[in-house]
Amino acid sequence: MVSPSENLNLNNMYKNVLVLGGGVAGLQAASSLRDLGYRVTLVEKGEKPGGHLNNWDRLYPGNITSSSVIDGYLSNSQGIRILTNTTIKSALKSDKLLTVITSSSEEITVSAVIITTGFSLFDATIKEEYGYGLYNGVITNADLESLFISGKIHNREKPSRVGFVHCVGSRDDKVCNRHCSKICCMTAVKQACEIKEIWPETEAFCFYMDLRMFGRGYEDLYYEAQNKYGVNFIRGRVSEVGEDENGKLVVKAEDTLTSRPLKISLDMLVLMSGMVKNPDNKALSAIFETSIGEDGFFAQPHPIVNPTGSSSTRIFFAGSATGPKSVAESVNEAKSAALSVHMLLSNE
Amino acid sequence: MTEFGFKLSQSNRIDLDETDNSVFKKVAIIVPDIKLCFNCGSCSASCTSTHFKRVSFRSAILLLNRGHNKEAISMLKSCMLCGKCILVCPRGIDTRNIIINILKAEEEMK
Repeated sequence: MVSPSENLNLNNMYKNVLVLGGGVAGLQAASSLRDLGYRVTLVEKGEKPGGHLNNWDRLYPGNITSSSVIDGYLSNSQGIRILTNTTIKSALKSDKLLTVITSSSEEITVSAVIITTGFSLFDATIKEEYGYGLYNGVITNADLESLFISGKIHNREKPSRVGFVHCVGSRDDKVCNRHCSKICCMTAVKQACEIKEIWPETEAFCFYMDLRMFGRGYEDLYYEAQNKYGVNFIRGRVSEVGEDENGKLVVKAEDTLTSRPLKISLDMLVLMSGMVKNPDNKALSAIFETSIGEDGFFAQPHPIVNPTGSSSTRIFFAGSATGPKSVAESVNEAKSAALSVHMLLSNE
Repeated sequence: MTEFGFKLSQSNRIDLDETDNSVFKKVAIIVPDIKLCFNCGSCSASCTSTHFKRVSFRSAILLLNRGHNKEAISMLKSCMLCGKCILVCPRGIDTRNIIINILKAEEEMK
């Protein structure tokens, strides 16, 4: 492999690029740009880089740990200036440069910006009928991952039945999210298998509208859930959740494949909170003169042929800032965005 | 006694708390393929009997899983075991073997 120093255009050495958001897309974009010879500043609003992966235990397919992904980036982050607890307040455009001002009033002059601000997890309390925050047994996909990370899942009493509700806050016009969050189907099936690994006698039920197991290895995950773990799949959206006098959750749905109403008592119900827009998008879009779509995610003028390009020449996107994406897709887009920055700047 | 013409309707609901899917579980031990169905409907679409009788392999094993055994069995009674459904099943489920074992298990449980 050619070392970065042999491979560079020396002109790049003094060009600065800002990467906004320290999730997996931001970390990959920063590291690719650093390898191409740019001086990179990574701005992260949270306490540490890593984004949502910090709160996730394992990733499908293959069950690698999220922490190993983050550690891989952080152990190779030399040469990248990482500013945590920092946001962007404003940006000034001049001919070929942008000067951004951070929340700590630092001025950073850069030749390009990659926006990797990702998504927010849907707030499941909004779907009141599912009883999140009301009933102890109702948790979210993120809560379950936290229980896996901390190991606290093993302190819980063995549930006899666990349910998984797909599409919570996704494909739901009532909560202004018409889009599919793309990753929840696999997450639900992965988590159902993980529950069966911990408690083989526990019965698991996935309530889905459609199963969108679209990627390589995903259908195998579904096959394994049925074949190896005996996970039950019920096509029908959960309509309401209640609690009986014994503290069991009473779940109602239609079993649409038999066209019959269905009732089941469960000990634990896991809601697949979907990916929604980052609430900062609107303000950032105004600062950087980009546009956002009806769904609140950043919009690309040419999403098919130039998925990382924005309506501003020096502003690029990567990862789920432009809509729900998996980790692998975010990594790919980050590399693509870094290359787009390089193609722009190396010709100047 | 005077008859007022009222009667109680039987519930159509699937109550998974009361359900008895022991026939499904029993067959799943002999032919684990039964767990693999994803309800695409190819089996029923290719079925000759289904033009004349309410025969549906996928519905039958789903109902069996939900504990509605009687209805499930009634859907398989008119099956002629021709095996066309084996040819079209995308998951390669040995449908005929399952049907035979469901009918057998039902016989034994009587």
